[in-house]
Amino acid sequence: MRIKLATMLLGFLAVSVPLFAHHGAAAYDTTKKITLKATVTEWFWANPHCFLKFDAKDDKGNVVHWAVEASNPADMVNLGWSKESFKPGDEVTVTFEPVKNGQPIGRVEQVVLASGQILKGRVVF
Amino acid sequence: MSRLCIMLTIAVIPSLMAASRVSAQAAPSKQIGAAENPNPAPAPRHDISGIWDPGNNGIQPLGPQAMPEDGKPEHQPPYTPLGLETLNAHKPSNGVRSVLPGETNDPVVTCDPQGIPREDLYELRTTQILQTPLNVYVLYEFGRIWRVIWTDGRGLPKDPEPRWFGYSVGRWVDDYTFVVQTSGTDERTWIDRAGRPHSADLLVEEKFHRVDHDTLELTVTINDPKMYTKPWVPLDKLRFRLEPPNFDVREMICSPSEFAEYNKVIGKPASGQAPQ
Repeated sequence: MRIKLATMLLGFLAVSVPLFAHHGAAAYDTTKKITLKATVTEWFWANPHCFLKFDAKDDKGNVVHWAVEASNPADMVNLGWSKESFKPGDEVTVTFEPVKNGQPIGRVEQVVLASGQILKGRVVF
Repeated sequence: MSRLCIMLTIAVIPSLMAASRVSAQAAPSKQIGAAENPNPAPAPRHDISGIWDPGNNGIQPLGPQAMPEDGKPEHQPPYTPLGLETLNAHKPSNGVRSVLPGETNDPVVTCDPQGIPREDLYELRTTQILQTPLNVYVLYEFGRIWRVIWTDGRGLPKDPEPRWFGYSVGRWVDDYTFVVQTSGTDERTWIDRAGRPHSADLLVEEKFHRVDHDTLELTVTINDPKMYTKPWVPLDKLRFRLEPPNFDVREMICSPSEFAEYNKVIGKPASGQAPQ
């Protein structure tokens, strides 16, 4: 599996209101999106934020351990996610906004499961 | 009289909540926002009870609906010098003054109670209202918090001991409008997500207006002469839609242990700080 920066979009045209309200957006580069093919290592179902941990290879073939945050369980259920959405070893495609400081951290935009099902991570008005 | 009130409270609340839980098992939760009824029945008299859903408009991450902290002068509350000084000591993680997750001093981030009026002005989710002959109870989804609004004719305490949620009294000003006044809110709480401050002299007015059977509106007014030169309105006719009585309100709790794990994995590294 290779890391793929399949999509890095500059500037959102949509006016979106994130559900991730507790810890704000200051850490994130909201002008960027990264899409990676990944292997799930943990799905942490918790308040105030769920987060998904996964491994993906960078351009040099090194495995990078990522963590991307989502909203709280109540919001995620409303968006069609559940505690059972992922298990370790699942192959998925994750799209997220990265943090500004270069750490392997982000906040999730969507996850595409191996079945092709798309789980959206935020509400867009 | 006060003993009677307590006994009624103890008797009524668990039974109502148990009834809610039982019926909830038969009906799973729905997506946010009930379907709108184009021909709602008229509002019942002196009744705001029910399960009310403000949809995503209640989240208000950038500050309250009518006064977001977006840098626009018209959304700037009328601060006194002390109000502005206190505001600048608050480090929110949303809005134009936002800081990194590891640098915020927002009390809610570490799971302190929101208090009043912030319960209306940030993360206002599905809200259940119960009425008894002596008081109105409001059950909030965020934090799984409840509060009491006394309707037995008492006034606000003259020198209240601070409480996270203060002291609230309510009265009907017409058949469909219930007005609540709250004082004594602990000064550690913020007015909203943006960090607007308040003093011990804060007086909050909440106006619940039942427009029709299916619709409730909430307007909030802040009056705190130490922090603001005049009253201001952070929330103006925020609409709620009535959910069915068997609607299952989900749990949304700030868990300290889960927050610590979040901070270790996300919050501190995202802020350039070493995980603990």
